Amino acid sequence: MMYDNFALDCFVILYLTFNRFESLAAKGYLLKKYRFQGVSGFSALGSPKQSQDRTKINSWFNRVFNTGGQILFKKISLTASAALLVSTSFVAAETLNWARAGDSLTMDPHAQNEGPTHTLAHQIYEPLLLRDNTGAVEAALATEWGPSADNPNIWEFKLREGVTYHDGAEFDSEDVVFSITRAMSEHSNMKELLSSVKEVRATGKYSVEIETNGPNPIMASNLTNLFMMDKGWAEANDAVAVQDIEGGEETFASRNTNGTGPYKLVSRAADSLTELEAFDGYWGKGEFPLEITKINYTPIKNPATRVAALLSGEVDFIQDVPVQDLARVDGDENLQVITAPQNRVIFFGLNQGDADLKTDDVEGKNPFADLRVRQAMNMAINREAIQKIVMRDQSIPAGVAMPPFVNGWTEALDTLPSSDLDAAKALMADAGYGDGFSVTLHCPNDRYINDEPICQAAVGMFAQIGITVNLDAKPKAQHFPQIANSETDFYMLGWGVPTFDSAYIFNFLVHTRSDERGSWNGTRYSNAEVDEMIVSLESETDLDVRDATVAKIWAQVQEDVLYLPIHHQVLNWGTSNKIDTVVSPEDQPKFKYFTLK
Amino acid sequence: MLSYIVKRALQSVLVLLAVGLVAFSMFRFVGDPVENMLGQERTNADIERLRESLGLNDPFLVQYWDFLVGAVQGDVGVSFRQGRPALELIMERAPATLELALVSAIFAMVLGIVLGIYTAINRKGPITNFILSTSLIGVSLPTFLIGILLIYIFAVELKWLPSFGRGETVDLGWWSTGLLTWSGIKSLILPSITLGLYQMTLIMRLVRSEMSEVLRQDYIRFARARGLSERAINFRHAVKNTLIPVITVAGLQIGSIIAFAIITETVFQWPGVGLLFIDSVQFVDIPVMASYLMLISVMFVGINFLVDMLYLAIDPRLRDGKGS
Repeated sequence: MMYDNFALDCFVILYLTFNRFESLAAKGYLLKKYRFQGVSGFSALGSPKQSQDRTKINSWFNRVFNTGGQILFKKISLTASAALLVSTSFVAAETLNWARAGDSLTMDPHAQNEGPTHTLAHQIYEPLLLRDNTGAVEAALATEWGPSADNPNIWEFKLREGVTYHDGAEFDSEDVVFSITRAMSEHSNMKELLSSVKEVRATGKYSVEIETNGPNPIMASNLTNLFMMDKGWAEANDAVAVQDIEGGEETFASRNTNGTGPYKLVSRAADSLTELEAFDGYWGKGEFPLEITKINYTPIKNPATRVAALLSGEVDFIQDVPVQDLARVDGDENLQVITAPQNRVIFFGLNQGDADLKTDDVEGKNPFADLRVRQAMNMAINREAIQKIVMRDQSIPAGVAMPPFVNGWTEALDTLPSSDLDAAKALMADAGYGDGFSVTLHCPNDRYINDEPICQAAVGMFAQIGITVNLDAKPKAQHFPQIANSETDFYMLGWGVPTFDSAYIFNFLVHTRSDERGSWNGTRYSNAEVDEMIVSLESETDLDVRDATVAKIWAQVQEDVLYLPIHHQVLNWGTSNKIDTVVSPEDQPKFKYFTLK
Repeated sequence: MLSYIVKRALQSVLVLLAVGLVAFSMFRFVGDPVENMLGQERTNADIERLRESLGLNDPFLVQYWDFLVGAVQGDVGVSFRQGRPALELIMERAPATLELALVSAIFAMVLGIVLGIYTAINRKGPITNFILSTSLIGVSLPTFLIGILLIYIFAVELKWLPSFGRGETVDLGWWSTGLLTWSGIKSLILPSITLGLYQMTLIMRLVRSEMSEVLRQDYIRFARARGLSERAINFRHAVKNTLIPVITVAGLQIGSIIAFAIITETVFQWPGVGLLFIDSVQFVDIPVMASYLMLISVMFVGINFLVDMLYLAIDPRLRDGKGS
């Protein structure tokens, strides 16, 4: 072996050791050099056999990509003084530089049903009905709406007149029929929200009716993220069909836009920069502040960099301030943190339906099937401690797995269970688990605010009543399939309710798991009576009767301790103090409502 | 000689195939892309249909084979995350990474060689000690830490340089460059220092030790005995002989700068292929991950193959078919 080559190998090894980064490419290089034979010191870098070790892969992904920067920045934030030099004043008054962790996935308004994608689309496209920044339903492209007096299966909409698209085309009922039909087509990700729709008909140039299979009392809530496209534009540009990502397709509409919204797309480089500009022909001129005339949107993945960009004045608005940096941002004289409860509740699910658990140490029995165990566990969670210590006050402890905005929420339901440890221990002893048992808790580590630390805190709390919890925290791409495939007995889940109605929670989380409903119910809970009530909600038109049924289902869910609620998440927007807005509970800023101080 | 070339080429192909195999066997553990592709309202039937149409239910060897068949025909699939051809995405991002790598490499080479020569000639003294001890920081601090420190000092506190992004870019055909605008150049400074610091230290230490070695050689002593000036000895005779191994190492380092730009790009939100890869890992965007890993290994294997061929050209023993 030649000297140079050997030196080279040493450097590669050194590089890897110092950077603790196991690159496949470098491994390939070394493998080639040593012809797949082990060389001392080399094996420590991870042979292909070792790379199949799940936990190891998890841990290096997390170590390298997630944790490091945050920890460091936390330290810097603590040591450095909060005083900054005079920050650059709000740039050019009307331009807003906006950053958040993730980017929109596509410009096709019906191809993805996902937060950041909808948020960007809301600036460009408009739905018939809109939730304003407070969460209230407001007229957008429809001015009047409601179920038909004659037929409860039909919803009637009166459309706004004089609305034009960015390219000058006029908006009318033809576009509504086209857009809703498009959103119901095979490759649309919005089709589940419209599953009850039978047909959409234009009854005039500015009136539309939607016929459903049976009455749908919450139709309005299903339309607030359903954007309207111009039929003529879509046809001219071969974008009638929704982008089929799985089929490997890219359409004109996935990169170009033509909406009726307050801003039009100027340029877009995915994951880098999206520029928007106020639309001169917007129908809402005079109705909305529309003080921001230009928007530059940049996703910044690394939380420390995102905060740094806000502190340095390079961006004016970030949507996700890490909790450890809140004080620093708020303490800056040019910045402010605005806070509001989010439409998302965090809770634990327990497998209470199976005869035996896979991950526990109790033979032949399922401890979670015993109501007393679930009650004891519910009491063992010290929600205030999680709020104070893990969340630094940035959460609202929850007694029910339902965000407070949702129809059906009452203060009584959201009352915290008593955290009486002695009573909890007594319940455990009563159930025959006085000596406790052990079980595995599955937890995501990149999905919710401080998800893994919450689980770590819970592990200690459950230990106090004798339950030894083994924590298994994984990235979301690995965590959620476990719930979908019933591979976990004890898991963390968060739930947002885009329709602001309890039926949405029941359909996905409470109903017995079946083809139609219960897809997120990992508890194996199955109660025929409850299922029947859930199905009845779909077509109950008498709202009082409906609300009574909702209350009844919640009472049953609470009695059965179906979920162990933890808290409602709180949103923290960090902005330049020139901006005046309230935080949207859906984490969807709509810039037409923003004003400048 | 021909058999040597053929043997090397076959070995290279084998390495590529092995890298792909390892990559595909690992994708199963990264997670399930289906959860990210469908909204929270998806039904179990949607999941099954999507898994089937993406071929995720196939054993990984089948998936690997399908990828290889596609790759040979120039089609590596469409990004699950962005719905665009994976290769097109990578090619669009490549200029950002290549420019960053180039600037870091120049920074590392120039500063590394200058400081290396300085510390070799002046073996002791406060400046040498200072350079050597601060260079330890370059080796021992992880990249993301250096990056965040630089952001903190130059972007947050001093507000001299931007903390993220590429600034304004100019499109030259398919290549977008940040080198032609002031904001683009300003944006390059912090990331390229972060990325190049380790290489700079490496080259500096290599130059220093090589040059110290050379300075002890007999021909240097003879040169001194001949009464040549220190300047002529150091720069005409010693440096030239020092640089040969340095250039070999530096060539390969460029490859690793490109491959290891991932962390720097994440810290600075640099829109290059490394950032694309990280986003793809989190989304489990298999076509992009696979294409990226394959391209990087093609690059490494290619450079290595080239180096081997250069040895062949230089070393007559190999040409005779005796060596290796």
